Amino acid sequence: MQDRPPVVIALDGLDRLIASLRADGFRVVGPRLRDDAIVYDDIAAVGDLPAGWTDEQDGGHYRVKRRGDAAVFGYAVGPHAWKRFLHPPLLRLWRAEQGADGLRVTADAEPAERFAFLGVRSCDLHAIAVQDRVFLHGPFVDPHYRARRAGTFIVAVNCGEAGGTCFCVSMQTGPKAESGFDLALTELLGGRHEFLVEIGSERGAARLAAIPHRAARPEDSALAERAVAHARGTMGRTMRSDDVRELLQANMQHARWDDVAGRCLTCGNCTMVCPTCFCTSVWDESDLAGGAERKRRWDSCFTMDFSYIHGGSVRSSARSRYRQWMTHKLATWVDQFGTSGCVGCGRCITWCPVGIDITEEVRAIRGEGEGDGRA
Amino acid sequence: MEGLERIVAEHPLFVGLGPAFITLAAGCAKNTRFDPDQYLFHAEDAADWVYLVRHGRVALEMVTPGRGAVTFDTINEGDIVGLTWLLPPYRWGHDARATELVRAIALDARCLRDKCEADHDLGYALMKRFLPVLVQRLQATRLQMLDVYGQPG
Amino acid sequence: MDSLAEIAVDPMLPRVARVARRVRELADTWTLELVAAEGERLPGYAPGQFTMMYLFGVGEIPVSISGDAADARRLVQTVRAVGKVSEAVTRLSKGATLGLRGPFGTAWPVEEGYGRDVVVIAGGLGLAPLRPALYQLRRERQKLGRLVLLYGTRRPDDILFRRELEGWRRQLDMEIEVTVDHAGADWRGHVGVVTGLIPRLRIDVENAVALVCGPEIMMRFAAGALHDIGVPEAAIHLSLERNMKCAVGLCGHCQLAGSFVCKDGAVMRYDRVRRLLGLREV
Repeated sequence: MQDRPPVVIALDGLDRLIASLRADGFRVVGPRLRDDAIVYDDIAAVGDLPAGWTDEQDGGHYRVKRRGDAAVFGYAVGPHAWKRFLHPPLLRLWRAEQGADGLRVTADAEPAERFAFLGVRSCDLHAIAVQDRVFLHGPFVDPHYRARRAGTFIVAVNCGEAGGTCFCVSMQTGPKAESGFDLALTELLGGRHEFLVEIGSERGAARLAAIPHRAARPEDSALAERAVAHARGTMGRTMRSDDVRELLQANMQHARWDDVAGRCLTCGNCTMVCPTCFCTSVWDESDLAGGAERKRRWDSCFTMDFSYIHGGSVRSSARSRYRQWMTHKLATWVDQFGTSGCVGCGRCITWCPVGIDITEEVRAIRGEGEGDGRA
Repeated sequence: MEGLERIVAEHPLFVGLGPAFITLAAGCAKNTRFDPDQYLFHAEDAADWVYLVRHGRVALEMVTPGRGAVTFDTINEGDIVGLTWLLPPYRWGHDARATELVRAIALDARCLRDKCEADHDLGYALMKRFLPVLVQRLQATRLQMLDVYGQPG
Repeated sequence: MDSLAEIAVDPMLPRVARVARRVRELADTWTLELVAAEGERLPGYAPGQFTMMYLFGVGEIPVSISGDAADARRLVQTVRAVGKVSEAVTRLSKGATLGLRGPFGTAWPVEEGYGRDVVVIAGGLGLAPLRPALYQLRRERQKLGRLVLLYGTRRPDDILFRRELEGWRRQLDMEIEVTVDHAGADWRGHVGVVTGLIPRLRIDVENAVALVCGPEIMMRFAAGALHDIGVPEAAIHLSLERNMKCAVGLCGHCQLAGSFVCKDGAVMRYDRVRRLLGLREV
């Protein structure tokens, strides 16, 4: 917001922000160290954040490592995306009973809880916007996503360093958060441990009013800019993205698809960690009380069943399923929703057990040879 | 023979062939007529005639033990019955039965084959006209083979 | 919130319908006539659309609407028993209730036939989703040029809606040609693939509209044959089929490259899908 200049808060100010949100009934979720990974989970206080931790990421490789400082946002993104809260992995849609007068269907009430997301990177802000287009702006609106999305308070975080598989610069989705947040923090690790806070909405401004803060000085803004510039300059991967849609649509029979099919396990990890993948499946289940439930869960286009009709699958080969995922993410998504489906977060590269790198696959199809995908 | 030449010249398979060719082909032609359920030929008969159907419908049948006669194709006006006359050993592989009154021009296959040998230009012109029919029937047969209306799986 | 308003808000919530009548069409194919259950209302629909039918304790499947869209009192749907859920649907008795979502999908562009020759080509069960279009075309017969139905199926016993087709033919205002893949000696009609009937069409090809529905291979060959005789690719419409789960374009299953068959189809223009149909495993 142009008319609201940035402010600076200290670490205890961040703690007060968390407390203030919780006091107003928000369920605050943010990064926590658990099971040797930085995941998104409930946050009660600033002490829950992974202070002094960072991550080391590459194709098929993820490790958390100690930092030399006490930064609380000193890492990139982990295996979780914010979609696990807005678009739940498992959801009951309704319950049915067969009575004497026939079938009766009852929907569940939407949850009353409101989320506050703490630590949303720019790539993930774009991913949320991509999913908003899918679930809120088509001919059919997903009421479950809408109920969870409305009222979500977003505290973004600008990255001070890039992850090993990051390529948000290539996808023009970061590293600086431009919009779609209530507050955006940039961690300042100069002499004091502080955060530059940019205000993105009236709600954000109102929330900040109760938190001790001072006006930002030019040196604070400069420090923040340097941090973001550092992230911009250390991207783990690059991908030329202006021609990808036409490139893939013109190369549906490229030999590279056979090559990647020889490596891809069709495990579906990429679809689970990707912040924009939205496919689900619905099924019916009987419950112990004699009723039946319709449930919805995340699904993956990599499964054999995904395209099943008439006794067989349309896409039965690994080749066709990998091609479906990649061409959807980078090409047909544009036809469907007006933007790319990829935000350059690098999760699919990190969490692929065999390290398949989407940026490398694009390069190979373009005919630019193997080479090192590093920036 | 003049009436027959005109009829041959007007048949879709021969339209556009020059008058010299028409005369040559018509020299092997005669008018025929088949009553309903009359057979034009049976499997294993010598493939001595090619039929250009002018009116009516002909069912192509095969007989398998236990299933009786199965019709696998029908030939309508403007089409030809019989392609096996092109190739040795010049024997029909199936039956052909008129399902209603059929009028056809029968071309003597041996006469036609001899004339094609003697005049290669005529031979080439006729092959160019019969080959597309063969290819279309092959493609249609393939689609039929896929049994697309059957139960899935 | 009452159930109708809820359904308007949540497309995954079924309304309840009741089976008013069941008719056996073929050995494995039944037509169900549905009415709204008490306190409910039947949805209106356009020819070519489908519903998602839910059977308590069994599951949900997409089913073509095969009735007359102008009849608001009943929803007529034809089902072939090919799996667990469809078999159970065909065994529903009169008076049974079931869940219904929809209708979904795009409609046959019947209005494009006004002032033109209209060719309807059906293969096997494909005649069912075309029947609503045929009802509308016959009702608006005076707005069309020629009206032709080409119908291909496996054997004479598999001719769907046979008495109705015979009735239409007796009324002399449309041409109907039926062909089967193979037959016994008692069948006097065409034998051979339905595409074989296309070169014989006597229509103004440049000014024609074609509606095609059947197994995908049959539709590809039929569209190709129509194009070969001069019908423009943009005037040919197919009804495609993919794995449907949500039927509202949100679960991702039914995608055909960039299209969601449940909401950008099932009825799609041939020129837009021709290349995709030729690619393997898209």
